[in-house]
Amino acid sequence: MSAIRAAGAVVARDLRLAFRRPGESLLAVAFFALALALFPLGVGPTPALLVRIGAGVIWVLALFALLLSLERLYQADFEDGTLELMLLAPAPLELLVAAKCLAHWLSSGLLLVLMSPVLALLMGLPGEALWVLPAALALGTPTLTLIGSIGAALLLGSRRGATLAALLVLPLFIPVLIFGVGAVDGYLFGLGGRGQLLMLGALFLFALAIAPFATAAALRLCGE
Amino acid sequence: MQGYANPLAFRRLADRVLPWTLAGLAALLPVGLYLALVQAPPDYQQGDAARIMYVHVPAAWMALFTYTLLALLSAVAWIWRHLLAEVAARAAAPIGAAFTAVALLSGSIWGKPMWGTWWVWDARLTSVLILFFLYLGYMALHDAFEDPARGARAASILALVGAVNLPIIKFSVDWWNTLHQPASIMRLDGPTIAPSMLWPLFVMLLVFKLLFVSVWLLRIRAHLAERRLQGLRAMGARGVAATAG
Repeated sequence: MSAIRAAGAVVARDLRLAFRRPGESLLAVAFFALALALFPLGVGPTPALLVRIGAGVIWVLALFALLLSLERLYQADFEDGTLELMLLAPAPLELLVAAKCLAHWLSSGLLLVLMSPVLALLMGLPGEALWVLPAALALGTPTLTLIGSIGAALLLGSRRGATLAALLVLPLFIPVLIFGVGAVDGYLFGLGGRGQLLMLGALFLFALAIAPFATAAALRLCGE
Repeated sequence: MQGYANPLAFRRLADRVLPWTLAGLAALLPVGLYLALVQAPPDYQQGDAARIMYVHVPAAWMALFTYTLLALLSAVAWIWRHLLAEVAARAAAPIGAAFTAVALLSGSIWGKPMWGTWWVWDARLTSVLILFFLYLGYMALHDAFEDPARGARAASILALVGAVNLPIIKFSVDWWNTLHQPASIMRLDGPTIAPSMLWPLFVMLLVFKLLFVSVWLLRIRAHLAERRLQGLRAMGARGVAATAG
């Protein structure tokens, strides 16, 4: 019972920190929207082309936006010593890691999900995208946070964090990207995307089962 | 296994095995090349260009084999804190990356005359490319820390996470797109490739295996020597400090 309370306290603390400094979360969302605006400028504003690449572009940008936000997942705790207290706490570290991932998703992934219908309109995606895209992102972005948490934990205290994080984490993001884009395009082009949505859910459950343990193992390296 | 945790015991074993693998490599490489480039018949559709297969297929097999080995060694290193498994995994990674690069390059050279393009975003090509990035990530993480022991532990975790994810990546990429020919040797109903081409392929595979083992043992020996040297240096520095103090 006290372990659950500790996890709740971690979620509440991280959310409070995110609210006190909203700039960091909003920066990722701003990147999401700004980078999207570059695509019509780059490939030309032909509506048919934008509809064709829209889901893929939005998903790739969501991957990048989450990648950018990963660094603040454990870095601050590592620097100010909170992490050492978490390592020493009687509550299982795996549970605290899951709590941190939940709080991180609420202050990053969830914002991307809420923002995505606007981006879908900007790319001129048909009406169905307004619910499929947020649904797919809502199923997929928690997986990205969980996988990214492994990479962030492995790189704590290393000499070159951010660039290496991309190399470690992006290959592992690929299945989420494939099924995420497949789900949206499946609905938009009449092929049916239900299977892909279910796959996204399966990937999430799988990541939820594996990632907290791998992350906790990586975090314990900092305490050795 | 625990017996070979002692680097000295392993060194003795490596010193005994290495001459044999090197001799086998020197003997089999000319045979394999002769069989592949001269003896084997040209393909009835692809002509002599199909001979790239004798480099491409063994390299691709070894790329996967080495990653499997890397994951197993990382598991041993992680669970038992087995020093030698850690060194062996680290020594295997660049060789695996090199085999992956050879598979990609030879495949690209083969693809140009056959498919008319250097690269297609086909499932197998893409998943091998991802495998290459996994190798690069493993090696980069290994070297990313001031403390080499920390880098080795972190890289072990990454190798295991990668091994768990590799089937998922492979499966999702397969579903995404497929153009590469399906497996034609490892099949339940027997190989679909002519025996006159199969034999040279097996000899070349053996050559690649021997090459891997030889280079691997040499690299492990070098890593062990490096560690010993660092240890001796540290001890020497301490000795000097002691006499000075």
